[in-house]
Amino acid sequence: MNLQIFWFCLIAFLWAGYLVLEGFDFGVGMLLPFLARDERERSVMFGTIGPVWDGNEVWLVVAGGATFAAFPAWYGSMFSGFYLALLLILFFLIVRVVSFEWREKSESPRARRIWLLANAGGSTGIALIWGIGLSNLLHGVPLGSDGSYTGDFWDLFAGYTILGGIAFVLLFAFHGAAFLTLRTTGDLCRRAQAAARRLAIPAVAVVAGYAIWTVAVAVDRNDKDVFPPVLGAVITIAAIAAAAILVYAGRSGLAFALSALGTLSLVATLFTSLYPRVMVSSPDFGNSLTVSGAASAHYTLAVMTVVALIVTPVVLLYQGWTYYVFRARVTGEETGSPAELLPTGTDQPRGPQATT
Amino acid sequence: MTASTVVDLARIQFATTSIYHFLFVPLTLGLGPLVAIMQTLWYRSGDEAWLRLTRFFGPLFLINFAIGVATGLVQEFEFGMNWSVYSTFVGNVFGAPLAIEGLAAFMLESTFLGLWIFGWNRLSPRIHLATLWIAVAGTWMSGYFILVANSWMQHPVGYKVVNGEAQLTSVWALLSNDFALRAYVHTMLAGLIFGSIVMLGVCCWHFLRGNETEMFLMAAKLALIVAVPVTLLQLVVGNRFGAAVTSQQSMKIAASEAQWNTCQPCGFSMFQIGGFTKDDPTPSLSITIPRLLSYMATGSFSGEVQGLNQLQVQEERDYGRGTNYMPNIRVTYWSMRVMAYAGMLMFLVAALGGWLYWRRKLAAARWFHWAAIASIPLPYIAATAGWLLTEMGRQPWIVQGLLLTSKANSPSVSTTWLGISLAVFISLYIVLGTVDFVLMRRYANPRQPVRREELPAPVQTY
Repeated sequence: MNLQIFWFCLIAFLWAGYLVLEGFDFGVGMLLPFLARDERERSVMFGTIGPVWDGNEVWLVVAGGATFAAFPAWYGSMFSGFYLALLLILFFLIVRVVSFEWREKSESPRARRIWLLANAGGSTGIALIWGIGLSNLLHGVPLGSDGSYTGDFWDLFAGYTILGGIAFVLLFAFHGAAFLTLRTTGDLCRRAQAAARRLAIPAVAVVAGYAIWTVAVAVDRNDKDVFPPVLGAVITIAAIAAAAILVYAGRSGLAFALSALGTLSLVATLFTSLYPRVMVSSPDFGNSLTVSGAASAHYTLAVMTVVALIVTPVVLLYQGWTYYVFRARVTGEETGSPAELLPTGTDQPRGPQATT
Repeated sequence: MTASTVVDLARIQFATTSIYHFLFVPLTLGLGPLVAIMQTLWYRSGDEAWLRLTRFFGPLFLINFAIGVATGLVQEFEFGMNWSVYSTFVGNVFGAPLAIEGLAAFMLESTFLGLWIFGWNRLSPRIHLATLWIAVAGTWMSGYFILVANSWMQHPVGYKVVNGEAQLTSVWALLSNDFALRAYVHTMLAGLIFGSIVMLGVCCWHFLRGNETEMFLMAAKLALIVAVPVTLLQLVVGNRFGAAVTSQQSMKIAASEAQWNTCQPCGFSMFQIGGFTKDDPTPSLSITIPRLLSYMATGSFSGEVQGLNQLQVQEERDYGRGTNYMPNIRVTYWSMRVMAYAGMLMFLVAALGGWLYWRRKLAAARWFHWAAIASIPLPYIAATAGWLLTEMGRQPWIVQGLLLTSKANSPSVSTTWLGISLAVFISLYIVLGTVDFVLMRRYANPRQPVRREELPAPVQTY
């Protein structure tokens, strides 16, 4: 297989991994102000994603790094072109990252409230902007003959790209609610289920509309045939619709798996629609960046392929193991809870003697 | 709006965000292994004091780690956002270690740190201890790949330039770049100095208040066991690193010594007033140690060190006329000295602490406690000065000898965008820094002691 195509697929995979994984922790973040009724429930909600969100976010770091190394010209054009959008993403990412650790460590209710809202706002904002940003790769932005961005900030907004942003927000809110039904108990769990049901129909409607529009944009603006993008769109719609039905049927586990599949296939649809280009230029279609035009030389790709083939399975193994370790539902009464590093009485890690 | 304003703004932004990022990174690098050692000592001895110390220094490590992660994201994005020409030029080479860092190292540290924080009760003590060591190994691997990338900008190896793009020809040359190996040792030692000096300062704060003296004496001993040899070793390593740079980036060394003309033998200027510009090359006052520079730069007391003027002529011959190939002399001269003097001071503090500990006077020597607390900023000052020297000393190049900084910025990014982003980063970073400081202070505070009843009861059954 051609290494350039391999790396294009791998980057699509990294984006998919990022959005499937961080998608649910964005969703949990968005739902924080709405679902939790008291401090214990807020801590429970944070606790469901506490151990894993950081590992999830690294998928973005790797996607960025892989783009830099494998498609330097794409990385340069996209990051400098989407400048203010990425600045907003960085802003939201930063406040969100620190909110996890710092909320735990703040004492005043006001400070805890601020960090909670920072997390919720950050989660929503990041989802919205990635939806808009990734849609723009396909919808097309003004590029010069050297591949550099010639538009301004407002060029990033069009009906299709805004719908992309909304679709990401709704999809992840739904995905996060489904996740919460798996990881919480009692009243909070029931409220999460109610939220998932309420979000199900809008999520299916908007994601379906976005998926179909994606195929249309691919045909119209990126010179693609209806097939194969339409295949991805059909799988996406089917998966999300099935997830919605399963939520109503009370089958949380399967619903979550299907919303993950829906997210994955949505990303696959986008990247399938994009190929063989990495960034469509509009109005000068001829200036579009292509996979072969933006790619690094063979040697770099070969070295990175070896590294990726060795390391990626290991990463999947240990991240999978993390989810296994933290598979229990969070009740708010567990011992050894999160950042309670100066824990209260109930927190009793087993000492070495306890095991002998 | 001129091209140079854009480049200047982009440089200010990169300098601000990367210096800020590096205030947090080395403490993570150094405090990580120290906390892991404490937990290991608890695991092996069952001594509750080590567990309490682990739980005391753990949060300091984590608060700091969070902000390091957050500000690290900015660094990755900033290459593409502000330096797209640079990114396209170097991506083939520079992007590879960056991508490998994310996949192989950062993934490891983030995932395993999550396991460590939340795994106290879900994992067996042995596995739980292992998760911390793996996370620490991740941070140290991370440092290696980042320094490989940075060192390639200082001393490019294993590449060829094809169609205006640097292409990798040997990944082994890239990974074993001797500049990178030296920079790695230097930086990791700096991390250990951060960890041990901060830890020593915090312990001394507790001695002053008479809080849990016995327990913090254990931590202070650990800090000193690291700080004494490492601060000394760092002086040697730093000096040898400088000598290696002399041959690879002669201009950087000439600038950091404000050495206008080639000399043999050369004295080391300890302090000088004036002598930093071409029009005023002779200092009005200077204290110089004869022959020391020759020794530091070449390893021989009679070695020759090239001067700025001669190097300028040479670079004009190699790279073309019309460019000033000299970095800012004043900044490089002082950053080199601030770094070195802070390094010596830290060795002095560590050695004094070691001596006091040996004479069993550490817990009572109040004057030393104040000195150790006052030393907490020293590693921060030294590291910042060190990066200023490394990065500003490379100017006008962004990649030594291959690409000028003035030609590397993003053409599509205007001064307005840069101004907005700079304002956003600075205000955000001020808020983050304040919150970080408040939290670190609170968690290190003797008035909030590690109360026995708040601790997990590790020794409950036999």
